[in-house]
This record gives sequence, C-alpha cells and structure tokens, in this order.
Amino acid sequence: MDSANSSFDWAEDLLPVLRTEGIRHVTTVPDGGLASLLKKCEEASDINVTTLTSEEEGIAFACGAWLGGEKAVLFMQSSGVGNCINMLALPSVCRMPCLMLVAMRGEEGEFNPWQVPMARGVPDVLAAMGVTTYRPATAMEIGQKFASAAGLVYETGTTAAVLISQHIVGVKVFDEEKMR
Amino acid sequence: MTTDCMLDRRRLVKALMRQRGDAAVVTGLGAPTYDCFAAGDSNLNFYLWGGMGGAAMLGLGLALAQPDRRVIVVTGDGEMMMGIGSLGTIAAQMPTNLGILVLDNEMFGETGQQVGLTGVQSGIAEMALGAGISRAFTIREESEVAELIMAVTEGKGPIVCVAKVQSGKDPVALPSCDGVLLHHRFRKAVISSS
Ligand SMILES: Cc1ncc(C[n+]2csc(CCOP(=O)(O)OP(=O)(O)O)c2C)c(N)n1
Repeated sequence: MDSANSSFDWAEDLLPVLRTEGIRHVTTVPDGGLASLLKKCEEASDINVTTLTSEEEGIAFACGAWLGGEKAVLFMQSSGVGNCINMLALPSVCRMPCLMLVAMRGEEGEFNPWQVPMARGVPDVLAAMGVTTYRPATAMEIGQKFASAAGLVYETGTTAAVLISQHIVGVKVFDEEKMR
Repeated sequence: MTTDCMLDRRRLVKALMRQRGDAAVVTGLGAPTYDCFAAGDSNLNFYLWGGMGGAAMLGLGLALAQPDRRVIVVTGDGEMMMGIGSLGTIAAQMPTNLGILVLDNEMFGETGQQVGLTGVQSGIAEMALGAGISRAFTIREESEVAELIMAVTEGKGPIVCVAKVQSGKDPVALPSCDGVLLHHRFRKAVISSS
C-alpha cells in the first residue's frame, strides 16, 4: 500500500454517490478493506445495512428491493464473488440493475495463499456471467468509477462490479507478537 | 422431520391466494411457482424459475422496500434449505410484513423426487426459530390450514410456516418464464398501487 493511497479515505467519496443515486440499502459480508466504509454506512441514518450469511443473498436482496422501487448495493470481498455466481442469473435474465463493490484480496502483498485462487478468478468469473467491471487505478478514482458504475447499472438494467485492487485496499498485517 | 405428508398443495395454495388481498407474492422455483400460477395469475406474482436459494432474500428486499404491503414468499423445502442462512439475515432485519410459506414435500420433486433433507433429519421451522425468527411452526392436518393462512397473510413477521404436503402429481401449469416481462409487470403493479 503506497502512502498516497493510504492517506486518502476513499470511503468518504462513496456515501455522496449512494445519496445521489438514492441507494438506501447496503448488504454485506464484511472485509477488512471495507471496514471504514461499512462503519460510515452503519452510522448514516439514511442507510440501512443488512449483514448477510453469504454473498449471493445480497444479489437476491437487491432484486427484491428493486422490484419494490428501491436500490441496494452489495459490498464484499473477492472471495464472495464466487458465492454469487449462480444468483447473478436472476438480475441478468430479468434485466434488473445490480451493483457490487469488491475489495480484492489475493493480489499484491497478499500473504494468505487461500485468497489467491478466487482473486485470480474474479475478473473471468464476472466476465463469464456478463457483469461489467470497473478497476479504479488509484484510491482517488474510486468515487468517480463507482458513480459511473451506478449510472450504467440503473440506466440500463445491467449488473456491474467495481473492483478495488489490493494495492489500494492495503494488506492485512498480523501482529505476531500478539498472536504468540 | 419425516412424517406422512398429507396436505394437498394445490388446494392449500388456492386457499391462501383467496386471502392474499393486495399482497405481493414471490414464488420459489419448481412446484411452488406452478402451484401459485395454477391458483390464478396476477401481476402481483413474481415467479422464480431459477436463483435457487434466493426466494426468501428477494422477499426480504421487497418487504423492506414496501413496508406497508404484505409480502408473501411461497417456496419449497429444497429451495429454502439452499438459502437457510438467509433466515438469520431476515431475523436480524425484522420485516414485520414478511410471511414465508414452505411447501415441504420432503423431496426434490422437480428433479425426480429424490429424498430431501427434511425427509431425513432436518426441520425448517426449528431451524427458523434457531435463526431468530420469532414465530415458526409446522402443520400436517387440514384442520390447521386456516391458522396457517392467517399467519402467512396477516401474522406479525417475519414468520415462517411449514406445511407438510403430498408429493402427488398435479396438472401442469406453467407461467411465463420471460424474466424481463415478469420483472416489469410485477414492479409496475407493486409501485403503481403503493
Ligand atoms: C443451484 C441449483 N441447483 C440445483 C437445481 C436443480 N433443481 C431445480 S428444482 C430443484 C428442487 C427444488 O426442490 P423443492 O424446493 O423442495 O421443490 P419441489 O420441486 O420439491 O416442490 C432442484 C434441485 C437448480 N435449479 N439450481
């Protein structure tokens, strides 16, 4: 994680987009890289956070909310994309909007090999399921890319995911002294 | 848990639909979708033909978006078991307007009547209670149907009602499987009358 990125709180840029788009529902299985964003959402009185047992629930939830006239976004870790695959048929075949934000693990600086296979698969899996993906190059770009993705999703009834690379999310650091 | 499954699913669903009022109904793939269509088509029915495991969660999203409308999910035991964790998600959100009916034939009827897990050891109502759903129960007798229908259509949600139903062959009744059509007609009906 470079210092320019780490000092920039990209989560701050996302809440205004949620409000502009009228997205009132956030669903999630948390990831460390989303902690700051999730905290802000929990604290916002105009946003309802639904904690999921598994990520595909968030896809079905977003479709239900849409059918009822509201909008929901799914925040998850890259591993969670694998849990969503079959449920992505639902927004796809019904042409319902579906918006996702994915914190990537298993990329640069990762220490945990168990994160790597799904991380490597995420772009291909999403492409195979017809999901449009956005990859902000820097933390500064996240808000703008997320706004673009939201615009596309709700205007055209497609499914899109914004992938936040691990060099932006940062790496998980264990304090081995504490663990001993 | 395993029992003699006695109730006629078509008759049960027909009786439920007579008392739905302006409730929005979401149906789980397979026989529950056909049962609800056979009871009479409505623009306020959203028929799932896939997304196995997602019916209850779709119902939750809808119930939170439409707090003043009753939302009823009618699904099968296999479909509910695939999304069983969602009962915990639903319990935490406490949607008072959400009623879930599980038509439990203790098998995967659609795929050739293989024995399902509720025909071995599992009880969906018991799992729902464990997930934190405040009211969940199972019925096996005709005499309990009226109470079940009241609970699904009017009981304080979230509520999970399980009906042990016959596994017999019902006449084929297939609604449209055009997802775009189903989406637009349902959303329009829900939003324009809310
Ligand atoms: C993810 C997934 N796995 C398997 C299937 C195949 N499948 C279609 S319907 C069904 C059984 C549904 O069982 P249940 O909900 O109990 O309904 P029933 O047909 O018994 O009324 C299965 C396994 C599927 N459609 N999707």
